[in-house]
Amino acid sequence: MSERVAVRKTYKLYIGGEVPRSESGRSYLVQSGENSTANVALASRKDARDAVVAARAAGSGWAGATAYNRGQILYRAAEMLEGRREQFVALGIPGDEVDAATDRWVWYAGWSDKLPQVRGGVNPVAGPYLNLSTPEPTGVVAVVAPAAPALLGLVSVIAPAIVSGNTVVVAASPTDPLAAVTLAEVLATADLPAGVVNILTGRPQETVPSLAGHRDVNALDLTGVADAELATSLEVKAAENLKRVLRPVPANHDWYADPGLARMTALLETKTVWHPKGG
Amino acid sequence: MFEYAPAPESRSVVRLQPAYGLFVNGEFVDPTDGDSFTSINPASEEVLAEVAAGGVGDVDRAVRAARTAYDRVWGPMPGRDRAKYLFRIARLIQERSRELAVLESLDNGKPIRESRDVDLPLVAAHFFYYAGWADKLDHAGFGPGPRPLGVAAQIIPWNFPLLMLAWKIAPALATGNTVVLKPAETTSLTALLFAEICQQADLPAGVVNIVTGAGETGRALVEHHDVDKVAFTGSTEVGKAIARAVAGTDTRLTLELGGKAANIVFDDAPVDQAVEGIVNGIFFNQGHVCCAGSRLLLQESVADQVLASLKRRMAQLRVGDPLDKNTDIGAINSAAQLARISELAAAGTAEGAQRWSPPGELPERGFWFAPTIFTGVAQAHRIAREEIFGPVLSVLTFRTPAEAVEKANNTPYGLSAGVWTEKGSRMLWLADRLRAGVVWANTFNKFDPTSPFGGYQESGYGREGGRHGLEAYLNV
Repeated sequence: MSERVAVRKTYKLYIGGEVPRSESGRSYLVQSGENSTANVALASRKDARDAVVAARAAGSGWAGATAYNRGQILYRAAEMLEGRREQFVALGIPGDEVDAATDRWVWYAGWSDKLPQVRGGVNPVAGPYLNLSTPEPTGVVAVVAPAAPALLGLVSVIAPAIVSGNTVVVAASPTDPLAAVTLAEVLATADLPAGVVNILTGRPQETVPSLAGHRDVNALDLTGVADAELATSLEVKAAENLKRVLRPVPANHDWYADPGLARMTALLETKTVWHPKGG
Repeated sequence: MFEYAPAPESRSVVRLQPAYGLFVNGEFVDPTDGDSFTSINPASEEVLAEVAAGGVGDVDRAVRAARTAYDRVWGPMPGRDRAKYLFRIARLIQERSRELAVLESLDNGKPIRESRDVDLPLVAAHFFYYAGWADKLDHAGFGPGPRPLGVAAQIIPWNFPLLMLAWKIAPALATGNTVVLKPAETTSLTALLFAEICQQADLPAGVVNIVTGAGETGRALVEHHDVDKVAFTGSTEVGKAIARAVAGTDTRLTLELGGKAANIVFDDAPVDQAVEGIVNGIFFNQGHVCCAGSRLLLQESVADQVLASLKRRMAQLRVGDPLDKNTDIGAINSAAQLARISELAAAGTAEGAQRWSPPGELPERGFWFAPTIFTGVAQAHRIAREEIFGPVLSVLTFRTPAEAVEKANNTPYGLSAGVWTEKGSRMLWLADRLRAGVVWANTFNKFDPTSPFGGYQESGYGREGGRHGLEAYLNV
């Protein structure tokens, strides 16, 4: 009896909860596991703009969801991630990295209803007023994921952005995009509302400039930009509407270390509300 | 309106020198490659003093002094000792507050009632508040042992000269940074008096450096290779230029920029209180306020009633001598700013809005603009979109809460907003939806050192004030 012929997967983009091909019709070839290849969508600038529209549309619903609800959904994503461990391993992601990515996701999930307490509160103003500061999401965040580690790096930039209610457009690792597409499947099955996370595969240097200059993007995370000249030009573009910018991290960054609050707080706005007290 | 007898505050408490140098490394020095300019009283156009304009070499000298002070003195100093210097400064400000207030009104044009009762108390309170943080940074919520950044370049505007200096210097010093501060060209004098206070407090040389000058001096400071941090308060246009200038460097940046705040009045708001809030929102400090409530959104059903009451109240406002204790609205800070306000107001008329000001004479000398409202303003009008930074209010109307939110948020800015309603649930619903860093509900233009201040979107990033304000100066 002959060996069963495998059903291979088509790897596409993840935009607005759907999995379209690039509108440009382009794809590129990457190694998939040990002995096969895959055609991955090569996203265009138009795909990037479509992703921003999807992220903006998802924004008010996601930011307006209760912190408890966001935490539940993110925890569900961690469950899905754990369940697909072998699938990531088959793509060449080390098991330890998958475990670390899952643990990282769980860690961030728990922050949804604690961050406002740690980052906000009542301020003791010198007068008869209630003065209350609360963190709010910045809005739509464009993210350049680190090229490696493909899964842990990706999780480490997406989770801190969305836990507080931001929505993201992520340019995935160009050399290792399959982990990103598979993570999209995890998110799609975790009840994450469509458009909260949008993933572009292809060449970041092609898609990210249009995101950096986009007037409807509120923040730009340059974590994965290795080329210093490109990073500078993107930061200059971001100044056009004063996007909040996270600068690139060094290539030797330890993604397994405790990330602290910095990635979350960089994508928050503090709102302070005053109201008089009186009988 | 009945007449008031003049009630001028004495200016004898201020002893101005004819000329001021730069404050570098604890001493007043002449500029080496700079120039000088005159600082005038905008209420009379009288020359107050000659002020140095720092050149590139002067900026470099100041940054080097700050670096040395950071490395050798201020960085290694225990927090409890930094605290004591800041407490000293706070006390000296309180003790010399009348002198500072009078000089602020002379140089800026703001009414003495505001400089005396608002600016100076807040300045002292700000130093007191951050003094207390200097030895408690381990407990500020950033993890143990947060580190200062180093040398901070700070550029401040002319609308609240000394208060903006306090917002910049107090948190920077409390966290262990040293500073080079550039005041605005038209309002350098209280910063130079503050330099004297630093000397009086025996603050170690180089911890605070003050380099006066115009835009070119500021540019040299921002682009200096040895600054670790830039903090800027001013226009969105300059803020964007600074963001571009520091792109690709390790320099940290916080920006507090322009605004076009909506002040939203619902039909259940108490009209008299709302009118006081509207007046305070737009005419406080001649409207030279980045968080001014410059777009009044009135619910249609009460628009006529509120406008009638607002006009009656505006007719009571006293415009004139900033040093008169009865003055409500002082002088516009400069001829350039007066020209900008006049140009935008003319555009308001040209685009079809109806202009109204209360009857009254303006002084002949100096820079003056009568309190003004425009009705019949559409969202597309320039006076509804652009920051005027003067005593000019644009009035729009709305029908539903959802429409109010949509109109309020229809701006690239996001610094502040106001809401007037007696219904608590509606107030909180709006506060959640307004994209602004500060929301004043049933009040307006309130400030406090414990309260974080700063904008969303193109109003800038970072917060000043409160525990949040420490973050801009710590390596966290």
